[in-house]
Amino acid sequence: MPQVTSDGRTLINFILNGKPASGQAEPRMLLSDFLRQVAGLTEVHVGCEHGICGACTLRIDGEPARSCLTFAVQIEGRRVDTVQSLLGPRGELNDLQAAFRKHHSLQCGYCTTGILMSATAFLEKNPNPGEEEIRDMLSGHICRCTGYVGMVRAIKEVVASRSAKSKVPA
Amino acid sequence: MKPYKFEYFRPASLEEALDLLARHSEDVRILAGGQSLVPMMNFRLVQPKKLMDITAIKSLDYIRAERDTVEVGATTTQAKLLEWPQLASTVPLVAMALPHVGHFQTRSRGTVCGSVAHSDPVSELPLCLAVLGGSVILSSKKTGSREVSAADFQLGLLLTARRYDEMVTAVRFPVRQPGTGYAFQEMAERKGDLAVCAVAAKVSDRGIRLGVGGVAEKPTVRDWNDLPDSGLDEALNAFAWDLEGSDDIHGSAVYRRQLVRRLGRRAIMEARECRK
Repeated sequence: MPQVTSDGRTLINFILNGKPASGQAEPRMLLSDFLRQVAGLTEVHVGCEHGICGACTLRIDGEPARSCLTFAVQIEGRRVDTVQSLLGPRGELNDLQAAFRKHHSLQCGYCTTGILMSATAFLEKNPNPGEEEIRDMLSGHICRCTGYVGMVRAIKEVVASRSAKSKVPA
Repeated sequence: MKPYKFEYFRPASLEEALDLLARHSEDVRILAGGQSLVPMMNFRLVQPKKLMDITAIKSLDYIRAERDTVEVGATTTQAKLLEWPQLASTVPLVAMALPHVGHFQTRSRGTVCGSVAHSDPVSELPLCLAVLGGSVILSSKKTGSREVSAADFQLGLLLTARRYDEMVTAVRFPVRQPGTGYAFQEMAERKGDLAVCAVAAKVSDRGIRLGVGGVAEKPTVRDWNDLPDSGLDEALNAFAWDLEGSDDIHGSAVYRRQLVRRLGRRAIMEARECRK
């Protein structure tokens, strides 16, 4: 049984944005802090640290997760995806990110990386959501700049363009 | 906002987990989805010496439909139960309540059993379990397994009948009964936030059952048989006063009593409609 003493550190091996990664952490280290301080991924934003604000949301094995409510030791052998996983091979924005830029879905950007990861997981599960469902998903995040209207517009546009693409005969 | 230090264990089987609990019992806290426990640890309201992460125990991740009950294992997430295709037809009350449990981003980690084990008085799933008359399976190395009714399991504010060497291994929700209607209503500041007051109703030929969460220290259930429509408001008023709600930052006791009267009536009417 994996066991780590309270002062001991353990080596954690995991898949970070598609590439093998590892780092040392003691059990009490939150995944959010581990990614920022050990792995150097400052796009993981820390807001409330009790699961309410949603800024630190990322994906673990594809599922959305609050990284402030996960311990780094728990991700041994798992796949962790941050907003970097959305970028194309030459670092270009994907369709969702581009739509967020186009519709002014962000201002300060603090909540944005978490929202993009939530929305990505959400659209994989539910490729054709209505506005009500989009707003329900966004209720798991707090944005103090935008009022969410731009985000709803951006996500609706992505839904429309992805479903138009999938209907084009091969 | 960082947790105090603790020793971490990740058993791969139920046997290992129960063995650890038998050896260290009072020092151990059980971590499943962590959506309630980790915030409490971050606030240092809880400082366990040892943390036992049960998420690697694959045998506890299941939803099993039996003839009379739907059994949900200890590591099954709320998202998995919500996505289970038979949920609405077998346990409609849970299908109505689950979308109110946290958010899309927390249901993916939060577990059904964890919610019941945590036993927050405002929590939706313990309320459903109480109204449906469900039960909790507790297992220990020393005494084996026992089934405890929802009414006997939740004793008060974050207080349950679980002994330190026991673990909640499953919960059982009774399946829908023919000719019975169910409804769920809640008031929260934002959808997915903790409820100020939540109610669940079950209406059949035999009578009305209403459960209320968020007012008393635990979900409270009341049954009325042969209650005429003209007596409903009075019955709800009496129930609201008996709950002895208190004031807090989210609402006054007066407001909570009013929610019991209004949401209670709405849920009973909706459940009655659903019978048809």
